Amino acid sequence: MVIFIALLASALRLATPLIFSALGGIFSERSGVVNIALEGIMINGAFFAILVTHFTGSPWLGVFAAMFIGALTALLLAVLAIHLRGDQVVAGVAINLFATSITAFLLEMVWHRSGQTDSVPVSLTGNPFTFLEKIPVLGNLFSGLTPFVYLSFVAVAVTYFVIYKTPFGLRIRAVGEHPRAADTVGINVYTVRYICVMISGVLGGLSGASLSLGTVSLFREGMTSGKGFIAIAAMIFGKWHPVGALLASLFFGFAEAVQIQAASLGISNIPSELLQTLPYVATVLVLAGFIGRAVAPKAGGVPYQKGHR
Amino acid sequence: MQSQKESKIKVAIDSIKFPLLAIVFAFIIGAFFIIWTGNNPIMAYGELFSGSIGNISRFGETLLKATPLIFTGLAVGFGYRCGLFNIGVEGQYIFGTIFAVSGGWVFRDMPGFILPGILLVLGAIGGAIWAFIPGILKAKRGVNEVIISIMLNYTALYIANYIVRSVLNPSILLGGDKKAYSVMIPDQGRLTALTEFIPSFGYSSVNTGIVIAIIMALIIWFILFKTTLGYEVRSVGFNPYASEYGGISIAKNITLAMVISGALAGLAGAVTVIGLTFKVDMASGMPGYGFDGIAVALVGKNHPIGILASALLFGILKNGERKMQIAGIPKEVVGIIQSIIIIFIAAEAIGSYLPDIKKKFSKKSKEEVQV
Amino acid sequence: MTNVVEMKNITKVFPGVVANDQVNFELKKGEIHVLLGENGAGKTTLMNILYGLYEQTDGDIFIKGQLQKIKDPSVAISLGIGMVHQHFMLVEPFTVTENIILGSETHKGFANSVLDLETANKKVKEISELYGLAVDPSAKIQDISVGMQQRVEILKTLYRGAEILILDEPTAVLTPQEIDELGEILKKLVEQDKSIILITHKLKEVMAMSDRVTVIRRGKVIETLDKNNTNIDELAELMVGRKVNLKVDKKTHEKDGDVVLKVEGLMAEDNRGSHALKGVDFEVKSGEIFAIAGVDGNGQGQLVEVLTGLRKSTGGSFSIKGVDLSHATTKEILKNSVAHIPEDRHKRGLVLQHSLAENGILGNHLDEPFSKNGLLDENEIHAYSKKLIDEYDVRTPSERVQANALSGGNQQKFIVAREINRHPELIIASQPTRGVDVGAIEFIHRKLVEQRDQGKAILLVSLELDEVMALADRIAVIYDGKIVGVVEGSEANERELGIMMAGGNAKA
Repeated sequence: MVIFIALLASALRLATPLIFSALGGIFSERSGVVNIALEGIMINGAFFAILVTHFTGSPWLGVFAAMFIGALTALLLAVLAIHLRGDQVVAGVAINLFATSITAFLLEMVWHRSGQTDSVPVSLTGNPFTFLEKIPVLGNLFSGLTPFVYLSFVAVAVTYFVIYKTPFGLRIRAVGEHPRAADTVGINVYTVRYICVMISGVLGGLSGASLSLGTVSLFREGMTSGKGFIAIAAMIFGKWHPVGALLASLFFGFAEAVQIQAASLGISNIPSELLQTLPYVATVLVLAGFIGRAVAPKAGGVPYQKGHR
Repeated sequence: MQSQKESKIKVAIDSIKFPLLAIVFAFIIGAFFIIWTGNNPIMAYGELFSGSIGNISRFGETLLKATPLIFTGLAVGFGYRCGLFNIGVEGQYIFGTIFAVSGGWVFRDMPGFILPGILLVLGAIGGAIWAFIPGILKAKRGVNEVIISIMLNYTALYIANYIVRSVLNPSILLGGDKKAYSVMIPDQGRLTALTEFIPSFGYSSVNTGIVIAIIMALIIWFILFKTTLGYEVRSVGFNPYASEYGGISIAKNITLAMVISGALAGLAGAVTVIGLTFKVDMASGMPGYGFDGIAVALVGKNHPIGILASALLFGILKNGERKMQIAGIPKEVVGIIQSIIIIFIAAEAIGSYLPDIKKKFSKKSKEEVQV
Repeated sequence: MTNVVEMKNITKVFPGVVANDQVNFELKKGEIHVLLGENGAGKTTLMNILYGLYEQTDGDIFIKGQLQKIKDPSVAISLGIGMVHQHFMLVEPFTVTENIILGSETHKGFANSVLDLETANKKVKEISELYGLAVDPSAKIQDISVGMQQRVEILKTLYRGAEILILDEPTAVLTPQEIDELGEILKKLVEQDKSIILITHKLKEVMAMSDRVTVIRRGKVIETLDKNNTNIDELAELMVGRKVNLKVDKKTHEKDGDVVLKVEGLMAEDNRGSHALKGVDFEVKSGEIFAIAGVDGNGQGQLVEVLTGLRKSTGGSFSIKGVDLSHATTKEILKNSVAHIPEDRHKRGLVLQHSLAENGILGNHLDEPFSKNGLLDENEIHAYSKKLIDEYDVRTPSERVQANALSGGNQQKFIVAREINRHPELIIASQPTRGVDVGAIEFIHRKLVEQRDQGKAILLVSLELDEVMALADRIAVIYDGKIVGVVEGSEANERELGIMMAGGNAKA
């Protein structure tokens, strides 16, 4: 039982960056913009969270910095994809590469070495609600959680509310399904898309912060290891719904936790690598239509031209 | 009326203009970063180029670095010609390495004049198989190839690690301690280092792989522009509707293009294994040749000759960064320059849309009038 | 009765086309006023100007007597103008209510941030009962009938307080029953003091539903009449007009050629899943030009697609020289000696980024002498396209330029050259002179007649009655997915054809 609790806590922590990025992806894709740059935004967020914490001593300032830089990075994608109507995938890939190189460069400039930064002395790896640890049995679960975990659940609820319960959310969904219809009732398609992409940037930056400040208190090159793409998979697996994305992210987090703890779980005879492939293979099956039907927002990936049929 | 030769050269120059501009801009922006580190950009770039083409040995190392990029650039470029974004080159590369190393073990008693060839073919097959999956899914079910390919990249990474650890590990096949790498390629399966033919290459490990790469570029050029297969692939890439009208099968060509693209990626892996590493190591992350291939293809405008030049450029950047580092400039500047080049190219791809969009507007208005 | 809308001297110019030329149009309060005209007459353009989707080049608009500048739809909506478009602007996964309130959402709660669907549902129910527009507010658009979808579109305008409704070709997608229901709805709306503009080309509906009719032809208003003072015949004549025939010299029609194309009971759907072909029957013989005339949207496009293998039929069959090709691929059909001049030369006819030479072999690229064993023979390919360019007087610097460098007329001539040089038994020509200059039109017409004189069978599908009357030996009219009549070319007159094209019965 103790092991299960530890596993669950581990799964929640590992899922957290995925949840934030997946939610960000949902905002962007629901409005019709494919955001492949989530990996790059996560990298930037993770780095700048540490950078600002390093200079200011305040991890929460680091978090805000991450969200800000995330929005800025997303703005670049927005200009390339919405304004210039470019290939959204190429733009996304370009931004990912840019994020990798600029963070490596700044790392070298500030810490004078490559690979990873120093640890920041004050970070956010501990449970903020220590009173919860007094609960029998479950108490140990809470001791393994970070502020980001709680935040991620809040983010899911907020996302759900915005997208399904507000007028703005209705417009987002309309713009993603049938931009021309939205246009004819006076909605500005471009504005809605810009806002959504920026929101995805903010969430992506937050995701990065949760990865660096929330786990190891430093930035290491390559620490995202494709989590931005797994978040996209979680989004698709969750059928572009915030709760679905949450569950899918938990699934991926759980898979990773199991694989890390394989030895103590006594299942080390199953090759760990095969466990690692689980989330990816599952996504392929879902996308290929073998498990349910993943129906994306209809206008996804197609730049909108006013006046064009 | 211009002669054919003249107009062909003019077309070539026109298409180089923008990538060249992008490269120049990127170097200028890179210069700002270098100044920020407190160094002199001229000196820095001097070190970069001296380190990569300053003498024959260094040039050899540049060629060595460029070799896999030629293959992956061709892979991405060929896919693009058919309207496909093969971002799965990473995974197909990995499969190429695994197939090559497996072949090296299974056929370890084969003589040296055919073994390298067999291993290259196996590598190509490995990549082709892995690319077939997204290819057939797109052709038959219209599934977008991008996300599937990314998923398959990671799947390939973990499968490869498993195979290296538990199937092709020296401890299993030869006895002894568990290693973090596979069995080695037998001597007679390896590519010959160029120093055997041209001693001035000195310490460089550059091998016949570069020759194979250049030949491959020519073959792909031939396929694309001189065969009916290439004609169909390019037609589908430009205009699937007109291709359909002309009796061309879109599904067949998409699948074929992905398979060929995957084969090229697999070749990249095989060439690296039998030419440089002689084994496969367990990896914690993607090799990166696939993403570089995307950059190479974009800068080379998806044309085999352009890709050769572009791969050479990226080889220079990759090889020269060490000497720059030694001179005190963070090698990450090179990474920044590379990514800025791609952002500019991405913007150009957009720029070429603009005249089309203008045309579409006036045409559409006319059509709207007719309703 | 006052005029709620007055459009005075409206002119709208697009590059190369005058869509509306000094148009004067009025709408009286409480009337149903029909805008009648053929394709390209300018009806939709005029209404798009009224709704703010376009801005007029010249002229003024008065709403309820006040001069207004209608810059975009939100201005039109605020003036009480609502438009129901020909292609519905509905978000499929949304419910009826969500579609209706989109853009003007009801809200409640803290800072008005919460979407208030209960209030919206109630309001929708109220309005729908008031106007007799039966809808289910919580049903999803993708699950309801086309008739109900249209009622949702109408409700969208009423929800925003529209007093003036514009309906663009509203009956195009409805069943006869649903058309009757629409008639009732319009009556009810008028009882509630709404004023309605109906755009249509269907004469039956005009007579059934309108108070007044304004006929537009080639951007100009021909006449505005009271429905009671006119009849279908007169309207058809006004709509289609008396034109000078572009006479083309041709041999007398040999009426006893072999049957080359036989179509029986052909059925097919369009991209939205509705029935586009509902049982088409006809034959095309060798040595004749058989034309299919009709207003756009009656199934011609889908018919050509089925006959060329670009769309699957859902019933019926067709054969060429006895060979059943109902389920054949495009490749097989091409092999059976069929050439296709497509209606959209940029989408289907050419790969614009290829050179002319490469376009010249499209469809033939696997045949000798253009290729052998998978290798292209560049010399043959270039020589061939040079030949096409010379024979058909295609203006271009060389065969090596990209296809998109040529003008529309030259592109079309090249396509015609290519298709005819296939030496086919059957040529399917769909809008072969659309968007092409007069010189090229003449040239293409001559070439088609030449082929007919040499004994080929030609199926001509055209929206231009001029073209049909000038070239055809026999003329069939397609209406609502069926052939409704076939006449001899020499005996045909525009009036009779116009009536058939508009769904009327000429013999009635």
